[in-house]
Amino acid sequence: MIEITQAHRDEIVAHAREDAPNECCGLLFGKSTLAERLQRMENVEHSPLNYRVDSRQLFEAFDAMDRIGLELIGIYHSHTHSPAFPSRTDISLAGYPDAHYLIVSLAKPEQPDLRAFKIINGKVSEEEVVVR
Amino acid sequence: MAIRVYIPTPYRELTAGLGHVTADGETIGALIADLDRRYPGLGDRICDAAVVRDHVNVFVNGLEMRSLRNEATPLREGDEVAFIPALAGG
Repeated sequence: MIEITQAHRDEIVAHAREDAPNECCGLLFGKSTLAERLQRMENVEHSPLNYRVDSRQLFEAFDAMDRIGLELIGIYHSHTHSPAFPSRTDISLAGYPDAHYLIVSLAKPEQPDLRAFKIINGKVSEEEVVVR
Repeated sequence: MAIRVYIPTPYRELTAGLGHVTADGETIGALIADLDRRYPGLGDRICDAAVVRDHVNVFVNGLEMRSLRNEATPLREGDEVAFIPALAGG
């Protein structure tokens, strides 16, 4: 389970819409399962099919959040046309098993679908997204 | 020689939850070997047969090791090394 605010949810959807037709990506920092900060990141692939965060920018984000006692608890990205479920690429590249992977699908543009998953050793399990 | 090392969240189960540790090594390769001695299993997360895995970025004072001398990159007292697994998908 991951808890986010309505503002976080709105921001994820807005980011996805703004970056379409490319996938967007970003990070959620907090404690335990409670998200406190959302940080948009640049998808350096600039692709409708893939996303990647520049590792140096990633380190800078981790470092800054570490200094204020927040941990990475979620990674979000968008699927511009496919469902909100981890793709084979998502599963094979999932390098943060302790984080929730949030996916927002714009397959139905007026009804963005946001879901969360854990991806551990190639296995996907859905987690509840609680919006406060 | 004390090198400050940033440990990303996926590896912290091997460092008792610590996000920053200190280790020794005159090169990145030697540092990783020392980290593995101190925190068994950490070396295998980072490397495959002593070569840093493709999806792991290693920063030395902000510079990625693949723009330096890879595992042979020399380290000095006070250097800061960070291990950052790639964050990507599709």
